[in-house]
This record gives sequence, C-alpha cells and structure tokens, in this order.
Amino acid sequence: MERSWQRWLIRFAVFIVMAIICIPGLWIVMTAFRDNVEVMARPPVWIPERWTLDNFRAILGMSESQQGIPVARYFLNSVIISVTSTVLAVLIGMMGGYAFARYRFKGKNVAFLWLMLSRTVPGISLSLPVFMIWSRVGLIDTDFGVILVYLALNIPFTIWLIDGFFRQIPLSLSEAAQVDGCTRWQAFWKIEFPLAKSGIASAGIFAFLTSWNEFALASQLTRTTASKTLPVGLMDFTAQFTVDWTGMCAMAVIIIVPALILTFIVQKHLIAGLTFGGVKG
Amino acid sequence: MAEVRLEKLVKSYGNVGVVHGIDLTIAHNEFVVLVGPSGCGKSTTLRMIAGLEDITGGTISIGDRVVNDLPPRARNISMVFQNYALYPHMTVKENLGFSLKIAKQDEATIEKRVAEAAEILGLTPLLARTPGELSGGQRQRVAMGRAIVRHPDVFLFDEPLSNLDAKLRGQMRVEIKKLHQKVKTTIVYVTHDQVEAMTLADRIVIMKDGHIEQVGTPAEVFEQPKNTFVASFIGSPPMNLLDATVATEAGRKVARLTDGVTLALPAPAAEKVTDGQAITIGFRAEAFSPVGYGLYGDNEVATIERTVILPEPLGTETLLYTELGGKEVQGKMLNPRFVKPGEQLTFNLDLSRLHVFDKASGKSVLV
Repeated sequence: MERSWQRWLIRFAVFIVMAIICIPGLWIVMTAFRDNVEVMARPPVWIPERWTLDNFRAILGMSESQQGIPVARYFLNSVIISVTSTVLAVLIGMMGGYAFARYRFKGKNVAFLWLMLSRTVPGISLSLPVFMIWSRVGLIDTDFGVILVYLALNIPFTIWLIDGFFRQIPLSLSEAAQVDGCTRWQAFWKIEFPLAKSGIASAGIFAFLTSWNEFALASQLTRTTASKTLPVGLMDFTAQFTVDWTGMCAMAVIIIVPALILTFIVQKHLIAGLTFGGVKG
Repeated sequence: MAEVRLEKLVKSYGNVGVVHGIDLTIAHNEFVVLVGPSGCGKSTTLRMIAGLEDITGGTISIGDRVVNDLPPRARNISMVFQNYALYPHMTVKENLGFSLKIAKQDEATIEKRVAEAAEILGLTPLLARTPGELSGGQRQRVAMGRAIVRHPDVFLFDEPLSNLDAKLRGQMRVEIKKLHQKVKTTIVYVTHDQVEAMTLADRIVIMKDGHIEQVGTPAEVFEQPKNTFVASFIGSPPMNLLDATVATEAGRKVARLTDGVTLALPAPAAEKVTDGQAITIGFRAEAFSPVGYGLYGDNEVATIERTVILPEPLGTETLLYTELGGKEVQGKMLNPRFVKPGEQLTFNLDLSRLHVFDKASGKSVLV
C-alpha cells in the first residue's frame, strides 16, 4: 500500500502549505470580531471567547467611544478607481490582444517584448518619478492620477492574457462567420468575443484585484479623502505609539469581502476554459 | 445563373508568387474539383473566390458580377472549411441558422430552412447538441448543412474530408455527391486526393506551382493526360514513366528503352515523333499484366518476360512490382492467383494504351 502512503504525504504537504497561506487571513477575520483585550492577551487566545461587532460599529462611526474613519468615502474611492481602471484595462487589453493575435504589422514582436519588459519593473521603483510628475501636472490626490497608474500596471498584463485566448480561437471561425454574412466587426462580437469571454473575465478579475489591493503606489499618490483608497485607509489606524489592531482588521475584512465575492462570481470562467468542439482538436 | 469566371488570376505575397495568372470558367451547377500537391495554389484560389484573400491581379466574377473587391458576405457563397469551423458556443440548430439570423430573416423562415437542411443531411435528432458533442462525421454534416441553408450561388469546399478516417471519408464522399444531386448548385471543391477528385468531379482542374496543368473530365485527365505531371498525379498506382529513344524498326516507329527493350508506338503518337527524339513513355499498371490475367483483349501487345520483385495482393487484384527499362514498374494481375516473390512471369504490355511524352518538355506528343 505504498500508493496510499504517498497520498497521505501529499495531503499533509498540501495542508501545511494551505495553512501557511490561510491562517494569517483567518487570524485577521477573527481579530475583526474580538475585543481589544483578547487581542493583547498573553498567552494568546486562539479562539475568540466572545464574538463582537463593536469594531465595525466603531470604524463606521456608530459608537461614541471612538472617532469614525471615513470608510464609506474610502470604499467609494476604491470602487471608482478599481472599476474604472479595470474596465479601461480590459477594453484596451481586448483591442491590443486582438491586434497582436490576428494582425501582422511592422514592429509587432518588438512592441510585444517592450510590453512584457514593462512588467519586469517593480511598480514601487517608479513611485518617486511618478510622484514628481504628478505633482507638477496636478494629479496628486486625484482619482484620475491613481487610475492612470493602475492602467499602466494592468494593460500589459491584460493584453498578454487576452492575446493568448484569441490565439486559441481558429481564424477559420471568423472567416466562416464572414462567409455567413457577418462584417468583420460582427464576426468579432458574435463569434470571437463570446469564445474569448473566459479569458477576458480572467483578465478583468486580475486587473480588478491588482487595483483593489494596491497599497504602495496609492499611499504615495493620495493624500486625503478625495482619493484615498481602502488599503491606504488602513494606515489611519496607526497612531504614533499605538496601533488599533481590531479596527484595522475590521476594515481589512471590508476590503476582502467584495474581492472574495467577485472572485467567486467569476471563478467559473477562471477555471473553465472553453472546449473547442467546433474544430477538430 | 451562377457561373464562376477566373481571368488571369494572380496572387502573390510580396515577391513570392503563389498563383500565376490562371484562367478558368466554371459553368452553372457544375462540380469542379481543384486538385494538386501541397503548395500548388488550389486553396489560395478557393479563398480568393470566397473573398478571404485579396487578389493581386486579374478578375473573379460570380454570375455577371465582378466580385474582386466585394467582402465575403456580399458574394452569396458558402464555404465548408477543412476544420469545419463550427461555432463551439452554439447548438447545431444555431449553427445552421446563424447566417439566416445575420441576414435578418424572420423566425419562421429560419425554422423552416434549418429543418429542411437538417432533414437533407440527417441532422434532425442532433439539433440541440453543441459541436463538442458530435462525432467527426456529424460535424462534417453540420458544416455542410450550414452551407446549404443559405441557398448560395456557389458552394466552396476546402479539403472537407481530410480530417476524417478512411472509412468515413468514403461515406462522406458519397454524401457530398448525393447532396450535389439534391441541391443543384455550382460547387468548387479543393482536395489533394486524386481519388476524391475522380469520383466527385464533373471536371477536374489539376494545378501545380500556381499554374493549371490540365482541365478536363475525370475520363479525359485519366485517359489523355497532357503531360507527365498529370499522368503521374492522376490514377493509383501512379503511371509508370520510362525514358526511351525513338527509332524505326521494320518500318514502324518504336521506343527503345534504356535496357534495349523496344515497344512499337501506337498510331497517333507514332506520327508525331522523329527518330532519335528523347521521349518518356507511360503506361498504367492495368496495361501491363501477366498473360491470361489482363484486359488487353485483341489489342496489340508486347510480350515481356520479367521476374516479380514483390507481389502486393489487394484481393480482387494483385500489384506486381518488377523492373523494366532500368526502373521499377508496377503491373496488375486481375483475378489473381498466388504469386511468390522472385517468380518469373510473362507479361503482356498493351501497346494501344501507351502514352508518349516529349522528354524535354514533359508534354504529351499529341497536344
């Protein structure tokens, strides 16, 4: 029974890895629902003895003990910035991806290489130059300034991903549609787009999560409630000598939940991929 | 009326010419097969008719319209692709009805025409399935169904059977032939398989390197090949081609093979050659049979003793590989008996079925 022995070993390894990934997240969620005394307790209290929503009340300004933090405003900023940059990145990614997958043009390979090379530059290394330029042109502390930076981060990735999905769709499908009476434009929307939908959805969710969770650049480029996003808002919980761990974790939960819900909705597309039955495989 | 006319049609990619000015007229309701080896330009020609490739030069007309600059959708054609190109995200029914929906036909018409096409091709029980749930032959039929629902002027087939296994290919060949009888339309069909060409075509167009080598009915290209390329491309096994020199013996023109064997040339060809001319003679395996096992009848024959190098039994006949004129040739034994390798047999070569080509040009001396 060497087989089952191996299987158990693999399961154990998977368990360890998953624990390393999941426990900090779980800890954040648990911390969000306990009171400060338990958080500071020595030895630590593993399972909260009393679950409470006080932390959420506090940061939403519904309790008298603490001053509220403009969570709603941060949330709105986050939504505006993430949704706009995602929609634009996906649209541009679709156009670029389709062009790279379907057309031959001069400098195509070089252009693609540069796009990919731009991914090798750590975004944070650009924060100082971006900050200086943005402050000159007055984009500091604006939604638009952050959206622009996120677009630059996401577009190479969405183009690359969507290009791959369009490449998998045989050219003959679009040709068949054109013979069947479609214009090139109709052939795209009726045939190629529905078939690449899963790829486009994947690109969208990746772009959204990048924008939704990004902290380093946003923390440089935003100043006030005019443009501060949720992750940057987390810093509001650190004071000179203390950190409000429970409030911070409560807000982290507020950040995680929408991303989680969205991922679950799109999940089907992320793993499905299409079965290309239309042509001989 | 949907006559397809190609005039001085040229296609090149940059400096590389693919099709070099071909002329061809395809009559209304005619089934024409373009056949040739890979890279001969047959698929490119078809795609130019479809409007999927730009034309470098010349004109294409369908009916009485020049379609050079019309997009595919405006040409009233339909096309069956080699990989079927069914839309994977639609059911069979949606696949069949797609072109009608694009043309904004009303629901009832679509329903009726789809049902009609499904009936002709036996697809009625499969209408609710998606292409992924169909077998190769079924997909092939859906692809054809999608082509016929539109009642197009011209059907284009681009190697439609090459993805199927041998047995299914035979079946689908018959279905395509039947389809043409039911749905009278002009058909242009591209294949590299000369058997498909022979069985399906009203007329065969044999192409090589972007030129048309010969156009004719299957019988014509088989019986009267215009050059050595057509002779060796059409027919299976390929025609035996041997180098020879013309000489006169006992007042008759003969071909002297490199190993000294002489063969009297048939009357029409004999008048077109001169002594000393280098020629290539050709004969098919069925013209070269062991005595008593062939169809030479009362024709004049040359009787030749040969050793069988390899017999290849096929059931109703046996192919015999032997040697003549310094080259390996194939003979055919009808209603065969068992033959051992190395066996000595007396062959009759039917001289009336000799083809004579000029060696330098490769052209038949009769044209």
